[in-house]
Parts: sequence; structure tokens; C-alpha cells
Amino acid sequence: MRKTLALVAVAVGITVAPAARADITIGFVTSLSGNGSSIGIPYGRGINAAYEYKKSVNGETVRLIQLDDGSDPSAATRNARKLVEEEKVDLLIGTATAPSTIAMAAVASELKVPMIAVSPIVKLPDTPEQWVVSVPQPASLLVKIIADRMKRDGMKNIGYIGFSDAWGDLVYNGAKAAESADGIKIQTNERYARTDTSVTAQILKVMAARPDAVLDGGSGTQGALPLLSLAERGFKGNTYGTVALVNPDFVNVGGKAAEGIQVSAGPVIVAEQLPDEHFAKKIALDFRSVYQKTHNIPTTDGFSAYSFDAWLIFANAAERALKSAKPGTIEFRAALRDAILSTKELPGVHAVYNFKQGAATGVDERSLVVVRLTGGTWKYVP
Amino acid sequence: MTSDIAAILAIDGIATGAIYALVAIGTVLIFTVTRVVFIPFGDIAAFTALTLAALDAKRFPGTGALVVVLACLATLIEMASLARSGELRLAPRALLFYLVLPLAVVGCAWLATRMDPPLAVRLVLALMLITPISPLLDRIVFRPIADGTVLLLLTVSVALHFALVGLGLLFFGPEGVRTEPLTSLSMEFAGVLISGQTMLIVIAALVFSGLLYLFFDFTLVGKSLRATAVNRTGSRLMGIRPARAGTIAYLLGSLMAGVSGILIAPVNTVFYDSGFLIGLKAFVGAIVGGMTSYPGAAIGAVGVGILESFASFESSALKDVIVFSLLIPILIWRSLASLHSEEEIEE
Repeated sequence: MRKTLALVAVAVGITVAPAARADITIGFVTSLSGNGSSIGIPYGRGINAAYEYKKSVNGETVRLIQLDDGSDPSAATRNARKLVEEEKVDLLIGTATAPSTIAMAAVASELKVPMIAVSPIVKLPDTPEQWVVSVPQPASLLVKIIADRMKRDGMKNIGYIGFSDAWGDLVYNGAKAAESADGIKIQTNERYARTDTSVTAQILKVMAARPDAVLDGGSGTQGALPLLSLAERGFKGNTYGTVALVNPDFVNVGGKAAEGIQVSAGPVIVAEQLPDEHFAKKIALDFRSVYQKTHNIPTTDGFSAYSFDAWLIFANAAERALKSAKPGTIEFRAALRDAILSTKELPGVHAVYNFKQGAATGVDERSLVVVRLTGGTWKYVP
Repeated sequence: MTSDIAAILAIDGIATGAIYALVAIGTVLIFTVTRVVFIPFGDIAAFTALTLAALDAKRFPGTGALVVVLACLATLIEMASLARSGELRLAPRALLFYLVLPLAVVGCAWLATRMDPPLAVRLVLALMLITPISPLLDRIVFRPIADGTVLLLLTVSVALHFALVGLGLLFFGPEGVRTEPLTSLSMEFAGVLISGQTMLIVIAALVFSGLLYLFFDFTLVGKSLRATAVNRTGSRLMGIRPARAGTIAYLLGSLMAGVSGILIAPVNTVFYDSGFLIGLKAFVGAIVGGMTSYPGAAIGAVGVGILESFASFESSALKDVIVFSLLIPILIWRSLASLHSEEEIEE
């Protein structure tokens, strides 16, 4: 009985497959629930906007399958396997949290499916061939850009205060790497936890070092706490941070104390203020209007734009891959991977992408601008 | 470290410690009456801050939904137990306390989001919304196991904390909040600036510990609460209802946690999961006081706050390690210094 069923299934599969498999299938995973949902939801909205923006490549329809991983790496692994083995996707895109993204990347490399990661991947899976690239700007670059800005502003002694976690370490190490004899000197390394009730002691220590400027290695709402304490103690110097601080709640909580802070961020944050010749100007405005059309709300975050860029990278690579293979085949996956890894000067919302074998990211310093918080809104500071 | 810095650190520590003290006093209160180490106390404080912020933003706070769910559950359980013991004539009263009152409070809060009430009204509303939570949780979770061992009650209490944190994420979302300061006063004291908010926190802690001391030593209700703590069976023979004593303790305790939540909200960003560390440090303070003495708990909690402040200055990354490491010598000292009365006597 089971044998007959299997035979019938195979027969049906053979007759149905060519008809249904003439299009390109994309498997997209994000975190719509769990602790990564505050950024996972924008990722999902970004991919939906991108799908509306470009539904076909060279006349081939694109089919998009979305799954939720609940911010759980094991669910992300299961989703990736299901998408590849059952849905036979040509490409994976995902996901919102770093651990889940790494888990997905391992599956993609094992099953030999190209993957575009929308969260930072520091280390590629250890496989002979590279199947994974990642869209976001690496943290080291975020810090480098802001360190260069401190130098340009003539800052010498920098006080550092950040989270007592991996993110705090990343920002501190990035700033340390940017130290030089004639340039900036990082004088303090103060840390606090996201749930702390006060950073008075740490700020006293920072102030005791008499810094020209303070670098804030926090993120989101709680990144405002050092700024509030600095204001309370009458600190008059400049403050700097990274894109991790950029969200509406940070601006609300920080209020006057956060005024004037400069952060490095993707150009999409200030799309409408960019000069016309800037690579991201037109595409970012297109992205905003298609996002508005799809969801009836304006986009205020940088995360949805990462999904959008992943889609642009895919569409650009698929155009070239379609010349040599048919979607739904192993050959097409390989061709798509080769095409992605040979992406040249592709302008996106966040960056100009150039991928090459052996590197996870394909962005350079053009992918970041410095913005300053002025009167509660982010202003572009060229 | 100069004397100026030491003074600033000490004041910062006292302010933080006073917040812990309020929660610590509530913890001791509930422990002495019901023998439950109520770990979710910090969460109650955090939820108050989040509730107040929602009311400030004219959003209906997630606490409302939480209270409605808990009230329905508690009513069901109460009705079932009344039906089992054949005391259905008490049903109307139970309905009033477990369903009508909490729902009335939620209704008021909903009305408030439609209007624009002044700050004082919002503060009272936030406190009113938060106070039913602990007694309702007590009815649902702790009363069926009221005669269990301290260890069983503690385990359930930890589990309850995790459930509440999950619900907090569901109702309040992942972002933190901060409210407007209650007062913008500040005064100079021996060359150090002290903000009015700090003064408020310290005064609130002093007033509440004083009031509780008076309540327990000089009123009949307070004495009956203490009697319940010493011996449930004995106090029942004397005509005291342990269940009612527990409810009173939970109400008072929630009020304390609520006040501390309102005091924290302007000085720090509060997240749905901020409560745990506040509760834990308050617990450390309470242990210093031996879990039985209110002044002891308050002094212990202020000590934890000051220690934390100086530890952050010396080594900010190791702050919590220092605070919690101190627990061990304190516990050893307490267990050597205090005479053990045999707890858990078979009744």
C-alpha cells in the first residue's frame, strides 16, 4: 500500500513539477515572535515591500515563502532544512538574530544552497565552498567611521562607556583599534548592564579622565542612560555612538540629554536629506514609497532596508544566473551563488555591494554616513 | 577617589538602596505572614513603572489585560472551591472581591486613557491597577499550597517570576520606558547636589518602614498577621483567618512595590525584565535583616545600594559579582549568629 502511494506520489510529482517549478523560489526566515521580534518584524515588512518592488526576474516569476523562527536558533535550523528539502528553494534569506542566522548559514552551506544573511555574520561556516554572504555593515566599520569623525572633529581624549556584553566589547575594541599617536586616545573602559538602575559611578570615572568626548557603546533605549547621567553632571563635550542607538524610544528617553550626539548609520536613516548624487538617494526614496504602499505606514528603521537590499542583491545575481541554468535545479543554485559572489558595484539602500570569495560582507565606507540628533530628529552631517 | 566623589557615590547608593529597601520591606512582610519568598516583587515594581508610562502616553496599559485574566481565573478557582465545600452562600461576596473590584479598577483605567487626567490621578490609577495582581496570584497559585514547605513555596515563586516576565514581554513589548520626574527640585547639601527625586525615594522608604513597624506592633490586624506567620494552625484556633491575613499582606506588599516602581520610573529606563535584579538585590538586603526585621531589611538594602555604587566605581564590569559574592559571608555570619528555631514542625 505504502509502495503504491509512493509511486503515485512520484508520478504526480513528475507531472506537476515542471509546471510549478518554472519560477524562482525564495525561502525567507525571520523572527516574528520571541526576543528578536522587535527587529524581526521590520525585516519581514522589508521583504514584503521588496517583493512588491520586484516580483519577477527576466520574465521568471519569483515565489516567496516566509517562515517564523521565534528567535530560536533550533527553529531557524528546522525552517532552513524544510525550505530546502521540501520546498526546494533556490535561495535562503534570513534572519533577525545573530545565533539563528549562524545556524541557518550552517544548513545552507551543508545543503549547498546560496544564502543572503540579513544579520551580521562575523565568521563564515567552515566549508570548502562559500555559500553565504551577509548584508549589514560590520560593527568594526560602524566604529571606524565614528572614530574617524572624532578625529576630524579634533577630539583627543575619549571616554568610553558601554554595555557589559559582546556589543560593548565590539565597540570598545573597534575604538581601541582606531587609536593612534596623533589621533584619539580611549581613556576609560566603563561598563554597565542593560537592567542597571544607575550609571552615576561609571560616569564619575569617565568625567575624572577629563575627556573631550564620550563614546556610547550601548544600544536602544538604555543607551540613553549614560547621556542622561553626563547631562546631570554638566558634561559639555561631544558625544558619539553607533547606529545601535537609533530608534524612536532612544530619542524619547534621551530627550535634551541626547541632543547633539553623532552616530554612524546607514544612509537610509536620512534618505531625504542626502545630496542628489548620493548612490542611495533614489533607491532609498523608492524603497520608502513602496514600503508605504505595501504597509500603509512610513518606514522609520534601518532593518527593513537590509531585507530590501538582500532582495536587490538576489535579483541582480539571478539575472546573470538565469543565462546558464534553470530555476529549481542544483545547477541554478551553484550559478546563483557564483553570481552573488561576483556582484560588482551594486547600489542598494544601505551600501554599494561588491562581494568576493572569502569575505562575508561586501560593503565599504560608502555604506555609512554620520548623523546628528538635532531637535529630536536625525540630521545628515557630511 | 576624592571626598567629593565619595559623597556623590554615597548619595547615589542611598537613592538606589532606598528603592531596594521598599521592595525588601515588602518581601519581608509577605515572607513573615505567608512564608512565601515572593521573587516576582521586582517584576511588580517594573510593571508599575511600565503602567505609569503607558498612562502618560494615553495608551491602555497591558496591566489591565493581565488583571482581567487573573481576576477571571481567581474567580473560577474560588467558585469551584466554594462549591466543593458547600458554601455557595458566600458566592456573592467572593464575586465582589475577585471579579467586580478588579474589573472596576480596569474600567477606571480604560476611562482614563480616553480623558486626560492630571499626574496625581495617573499615579493613583497605576497603583490601583498593580495592587490586585499579587493577591490574585496568591489566590490562584499560593493558596492551594499554603501549608507546603518554604522550599516548595520558593520554587513556585521562582517559576511564577518567569511566567510574569514572559507575560510582561507580551503586554508591554521589548522597549524600555522612562517617565517625567515627579519633582524638578534639587538642593545643595555640603557641596553635593541632591535631586528632589532622590529625596522623595529616601523619604518614601523611611515613611513606609516606620508605618509598617507601627502597624505590626500596635494594631490588632498587624498582630494577627504576625500570629499567622508564627503558627497557622494556632492562629486559626484563635479565630484568625490565615487566607485573609495573606491577602492583606499581599495587598500591602504590592503597594510598596508599586510605590518603588513609581519612584524608579523617572530615574531609570525600566524594561519588562528589569524587575528581577531589583527583586534579587532587595532579597539580599532582606537576608541581611534575617528576613524577619523591617528596619534590618531596610538597612541591609541601603547597604547593598551603597556597595553597588562604590563597586561600579571601582570596577563596573564586576559590579554584580561583588554584590552577590558578599551574600556568602553574610549568610555564614547570619547562620552562626542567630539561634535556630526548628522550622517546619509537623502540625
